Amino acid sequence: MKKLLSIILLASMVAGGCKPESEFLTVDPTAILNNEQAFNDPALVLSMLANFYNRQTDFSTVKNWESMADFSESFPSQNGGPKSIIERNQWDFGFWSTWDYTLIRELNLFLQRLEAATKLKDDEKKRFRAEGRFLRAYYYFEMVKRMGGVPLILEPMVWDYKGDPTYLRHARATESAMYDFVIAEMQAIRPDLPADVNVKSRASRGAALAMECRAALYAGSIAKYGNVTPSVSLPNGEVGIPANKANDYYTKALTAAELIISGSAGTYALYQRNADLSENFAALFYDKVGNPESIFIEDFKLKSGKVHGFTQVNQPRFGAEEEEGGRINPSLNLVQSFEKLDNTFEPLPVKDGAGNPIYYDNQTDIFAGRDARLGGTVMLPGTFFKRRQVDIWAGYVLADGSVVTGDDRGSQKTLPGQTQPVQVVGYDGPIHGKEHTAQSGFYLRKYLDPVSGSGSRGTGSEIPFIRYRYAEVLLNAAEAAFELNQPGVAAGYMNQVRARAGLTTALGAGDINLGRIMHERRAELSFEGHIVFDQKRWRNAHVVWDGVSMNEADLLSNIGSPNKHNTQPFSLWPYKVHNPGSPTHGKWIYRIIKSPLVTGTNRFRLGNYYSFINNDIRSNNPKIVPNPNQD
Amino acid sequence: MKKLCSYILPLVALLGASCKKDNFDPPQARLHGRLVYQGEGIPGEFNQVPFQLYQFGFGKVGPVSNTTFTQEGSFSVLLFEGEYKLTIPNGQGPFLWKKQPNGQPDSITVQMKGDQQLDLEVTPFYMIRNVQMAAAANKVTATFGLEKIVTGADGKNVERVNLYINKTAFVSAGGDYSIASSQRGGGAITDPANISMEVTVPALVPAQSYIYARVGLKLQGVEDMIFSPVTRINL
Repeated sequence: MKKLLSIILLASMVAGGCKPESEFLTVDPTAILNNEQAFNDPALVLSMLANFYNRQTDFSTVKNWESMADFSESFPSQNGGPKSIIERNQWDFGFWSTWDYTLIRELNLFLQRLEAATKLKDDEKKRFRAEGRFLRAYYYFEMVKRMGGVPLILEPMVWDYKGDPTYLRHARATESAMYDFVIAEMQAIRPDLPADVNVKSRASRGAALAMECRAALYAGSIAKYGNVTPSVSLPNGEVGIPANKANDYYTKALTAAELIISGSAGTYALYQRNADLSENFAALFYDKVGNPESIFIEDFKLKSGKVHGFTQVNQPRFGAEEEEGGRINPSLNLVQSFEKLDNTFEPLPVKDGAGNPIYYDNQTDIFAGRDARLGGTVMLPGTFFKRRQVDIWAGYVLADGSVVTGDDRGSQKTLPGQTQPVQVVGYDGPIHGKEHTAQSGFYLRKYLDPVSGSGSRGTGSEIPFIRYRYAEVLLNAAEAAFELNQPGVAAGYMNQVRARAGLTTALGAGDINLGRIMHERRAELSFEGHIVFDQKRWRNAHVVWDGVSMNEADLLSNIGSPNKHNTQPFSLWPYKVHNPGSPTHGKWIYRIIKSPLVTGTNRFRLGNYYSFINNDIRSNNPKIVPNPNQD
Repeated sequence: MKKLCSYILPLVALLGASCKKDNFDPPQARLHGRLVYQGEGIPGEFNQVPFQLYQFGFGKVGPVSNTTFTQEGSFSVLLFEGEYKLTIPNGQGPFLWKKQPNGQPDSITVQMKGDQQLDLEVTPFYMIRNVQMAAAANKVTATFGLEKIVTGADGKNVERVNLYINKTAFVSAGGDYSIASSQRGGGAITDPANISMEVTVPALVPAQSYIYARVGLKLQGVEDMIFSPVTRINL
């Protein structure tokens, strides 16, 4: 019996242990999901999409302060690396280029495999497909902004191992075909995306409309203003859009914008929650609770691993939560461009008509009566961040006009007539060449997170980077309406944005011109990655950044004019007056200064309008024609 | 001694031989010349006007040398011996470069065998003539004339003329290249053959007793400016 048992046991082991020879080595991997598994579980598909969302290319984001610090809109307070921004005399032709066909291929594979998936519910599949196409168009839009037309690859290409790659080579699409593609994709996927204002970090109907609107506006202005720089074009249209298409694009832009404004994609609105309009404008970027203004964002979350250090590198250095901060110092060029409340432009009153300094009781008085977005974008001397006043002042001015100052943050010296040393320069500077101090006299406010801990390396900040927001949609609508000869409509949309900033004197139809629109976008959208692409599409970049160095008279003239050149960042330094016995004692004066560190000028060459496609790319694919005006 | 013969000497010989084998000589043939119009040089802006050298047959596209003319309008490159094609890309330089019927820039075939001088004959849109510079009472004054060379459909109009001064011999519009300048728009020029401009010399820190100056001409629709030669002026 015992023997029988062991025989049975042995027999069953033999029978059970043996597989057919052909399957002997076929073991399902335990660490890799195959396509069928991955594309039949909505959670796994979403995680693949999350990867694609994370890999999108943006410009001037909270993840990279250096790209915000350019264009003479600010002074980079670092003694190396980004300091080259103020030392170089031109942008290389390769600036702003991007060529990530790996991402495009993976998105194409994603879409192909998603189609083949069988177990996903229909509505899930639709939304995933729409998101995949949204992200593909998002990157193609980013490419056409920078490179012009590129090969428009919409299928994953497969290598046949036969040794001849010519069938994989594709020529560049025309620039207008790229924009047409983005617009058509957004129109096609729109119904499959949720019309929900609270969907912000994933594609939503609002995001699709906003992208369509921006793309159509870009294409329209390239068509319309292409004649300003006739040499920025290629004979087959890879660069440049025929002028007769302008109206069509502007109409599409206006239609898309009005679909958002009418609430068809959810009730987006301007952020208006704080009676202090400057604080309100700053809060628009850090308030994450049901923010009605942001449409599509890159989100961050504390303790999730996805945080950013933007506050850490840009916070006021004095009392910072880390031994750093103060990197982006907005320039006087930008600060003085904010309008006065009567809709006029004027330099900051530093001197009276006779050339004598104007004395102020409080440090902030000089900035009074201006566009509230100034205080929301720029941290002005004498204002507060995290309940601490920024300590920006450059020294004492004596009766004879000479200056007593120090070369370190908060350094002390003995003033004439006194016996004890006192602090003679602010703990936030400004001091030439002292990194982390406010070398232009200003710190950045936009995108700074007021939450405690946001400025420390270990914690970081979770405020989102806003890619599309409602105010931009309004300004897009205004610009498209203006170009379509409806200045009254344009004024209406612009006035909404301006009223939120405290500019309550409405602009009339006759006040609207392209210069106004350019200025409005600079005031509203500075440091949000628009300025270079806006100036490019208006074909105005070579005028604004003409490479000619600036002096003070240059700086103070023609403020608000679209062709005012802006090639070097200037500083505005506050000084305390030390003149005991005089009525001016203890008051503040300001001086306009050009930092000796600013040696270069911004020069935007015609070859910078479209970034250089490098020779390796062109060697691998000789069908790619080079961009114009580059050597 | 035996050790020396059997190990060390062969090793040294091998090392010596391999050095020779692994390295090849640097390019030594010098190609140099300048941009000329009827024998006269055409100064440009430093590092702005490019020229390219191509060599065929290596499986890559793109120029083998991509560099710029000096501000005197001269160039110089060291090359390996062989056949090259030299060209100036479209839209570069304040002059007309020969074009092929399809609109692509034409090229010059260069056979490199030893040093070679090659002056590039081009047709500038304008020439700046009879430049005279003088300094008095802390001002630099320049008188000059503009001669329109290219007329007809390709002709360009004057956008502006500038008088630049700098402390170093690099003189043009850029931040490092001028300490002061004056400008006159094309509309304000009444007699192109006789233009006079002046610019005030700012305080020089550290002080120096001389200054460099030259005149630049910007044309409508042409990115690169035409310059007069750099002149050193004693203050």
